[in-house]
Amino acid sequence: MIKASQLTKKYSGKTVLNIEDLDIPKGQTFGLVGNNGAGKTTFFNLLLDLIKPTTGHIINQEIQVNLSEDWKSFTASYIDESFLIDYLTPEEYFYFVGELRSRNRADIDSFLQQFTEIFNGEVLGQKKYLRDLSKGNQKKAGIVAALIGNPDVIVLDEPFANLDPTTQIRLKKTLKTLTENKEITILISSHDLNHITEVCERIVVLDKGNPVKDIKTSAETLKELEVFFSV
Amino acid sequence: MTSRFISLEWKQFFRSSYWQKSIAIKILMFVLALQFIFIFLGLGFGLYPLLKEKFPDQDPLKIVNNFIFYWLLFDLMFRFFLQKLPVMSVKPLLTLPIKRKKIINFVLGKSALSFFNFLPLFAVIPFGIVLINKEYEVSSTLTWMLLMYIFILSNNFINFIIESKSEETELSFFPIILLTGGLFALNYFNIISFSSLLSGAIEAITAHPALILIPFIILAALLYINFNILKKKLYVDSSLRTKAKIVSSSDMSWTSRFGDMAPFLKLDMRMIWRNKRSKSTLYMVVIGLLYGLFFYPNPTYQKMIPMFIFVGIFITGIFMINFGQFIPAWDSAYYKLLMSQNIKYKKYLNSKFLLMSLSSVVLFVLSIPYVYFGWDILLIHFAAMVYNVGVNSHVLMFGGVFNRKRIDLSQRAAFNYQGTGAVQWIIGFPLLVFPVGIFYLPYKFYGFYAGIATLITLGAIGIAFHQKIMKWISGKYLAAKYETISAFDQKN
Repeated sequence: MIKASQLTKKYSGKTVLNIEDLDIPKGQTFGLVGNNGAGKTTFFNLLLDLIKPTTGHIINQEIQVNLSEDWKSFTASYIDESFLIDYLTPEEYFYFVGELRSRNRADIDSFLQQFTEIFNGEVLGQKKYLRDLSKGNQKKAGIVAALIGNPDVIVLDEPFANLDPTTQIRLKKTLKTLTENKEITILISSHDLNHITEVCERIVVLDKGNPVKDIKTSAETLKELEVFFSV
Repeated sequence: MTSRFISLEWKQFFRSSYWQKSIAIKILMFVLALQFIFIFLGLGFGLYPLLKEKFPDQDPLKIVNNFIFYWLLFDLMFRFFLQKLPVMSVKPLLTLPIKRKKIINFVLGKSALSFFNFLPLFAVIPFGIVLINKEYEVSSTLTWMLLMYIFILSNNFINFIIESKSEETELSFFPIILLTGGLFALNYFNIISFSSLLSGAIEAITAHPALILIPFIILAALLYINFNILKKKLYVDSSLRTKAKIVSSSDMSWTSRFGDMAPFLKLDMRMIWRNKRSKSTLYMVVIGLLYGLFFYPNPTYQKMIPMFIFVGIFITGIFMINFGQFIPAWDSAYYKLLMSQNIKYKKYLNSKFLLMSLSSVVLFVLSIPYVYFGWDILLIHFAAMVYNVGVNSHVLMFGGVFNRKRIDLSQRAAFNYQGTGAVQWIIGFPLLVFPVGIFYLPYKFYGFYAGIATLITLGAIGIAFHQKIMKWISGKYLAAKYETISAFDQKN
């Protein structure tokens, strides 16, 4: 499904990411953990072809991302606020993304129904622009927009940060239902070991750009990670 | 404490990526500043002899005093458009153990050091020296100079009061126009003669220096008002976080006739309408449409037909030029989204082209009333429109490949150089001047209609090869993709 080979990224001589070989099979919920500067966002940016790899490449469903734009039709992502168009209302934003993924207004309206709980009455129908929403509500809108149009691959950078506890729990539930029938591949990064072990079936630990652990999640995983990070 | 503030400001200025990148603009500003200093110096030294020569039987100082009112009005207007209240990035300071009073005083004090407050001194001081040389009384001349400086500072603070009040209104420059225009009109039609009132006051004060206390008190009052305005604003929830407006949203379903370009077209129109910076391109359109009234009725231009081509290109292309030169920077804030969403670059660019072409056609239609000045004018406008759609639009799109400056949409546009780089200067010139040259050659040798035909032909060629040109241009955009993303990522 997603395959990174000989992938490195250097900024003025300093290596920030170095992944020899990483294979994420279809339907996997894949978690990336690591301290600040470990290279999590860099990896996602490379996967989305937002930065240029120094060496190597990533193949997303048989398409090499820096050579063709065709992966865009089945890949959705939310990395940070620069994925929001701040002068639109949340509805307009969802419709816009919907149109890009050939979903009409009615499709989007019915799609949004399942998130009524997550939105908690603070996102839809507020007659406010995204720029006037709180950070947490902005993030909710961004994450939900990334789920529009049944993408095969969903990339979420730090989805749990800035969210209130209720939403964190609901988001975890949503992500689990999405991956139930092993159709959708989800890539998540997080600083929160609890959340990520709960959601992901596989966790890779990045340290200074290198993958140092590759764990199939089990009951002991959280302990193992806590030991690894408590230096 | 103050020295620490100063060092913070210093770092903010020199470490901003803006400064490091756009030295060309700083040099331009520096040269302009020097030029103004020399003009004012010349004025200061030359005004007395000049007035003496022109009006030998009047006292030059009295003439000058009569003009102080106009100068102050003009100065105020200039300040409004050019000078901004130097609000430091105060948010991080609010939680530190610094008294609010100190922060405010520093901000106000810093504004007093603005170039605008020094520039008039380059005229006032030499003029005072000349006066003393001409054996005016030293003490009253010094009082006069001091008074002028108080006026300058008062204007400085009046401007900030007006700015902070008009920030809240929709048409931000409306209040200042109303105020200065109103005062000017009252004076001009002799309803209230401010200029003679003011000159009388100046003479009274110079005659009795103790009276200078009155303007001093006014200045102090202005300072106090500013202090209070700022004090109210120094809370995270008032000024630092902008007010949320209730949104009226229409679904613009009429755009659906443009097929798969419709989402982008809608996005662009919302972008233009809902952001300060881009909205002012619409005001420019109104000004641009009226531009012809300057030229067409004026008999001096009747012999200069090529000049009309320039006007035609300007009228039908004003939106195109204002909007097009910042493609794709308008979308800089969410460029990453567009680059990773299900979008083909060519479609995105084509929608921009469509918007620019539509604007040109609409402006042509709106400019039809100019037919009053002759059918030739209409023909010129038509040729200019075709040329704009066929040639200028593509040139603008190509220029965008080199656009590397992020735009903050919430900033106002008048005299805002953000996002302006060498590209805009290089591109802007040929857009307006080339067509004049292209028209001129056939016009000179074969007459008016040959010139018009040449413009139309060139435009038609551009339209015919539109698909080919766009394919080539989108290739250029794709090649520059990573560079553009990382450049748009950098905030000033």
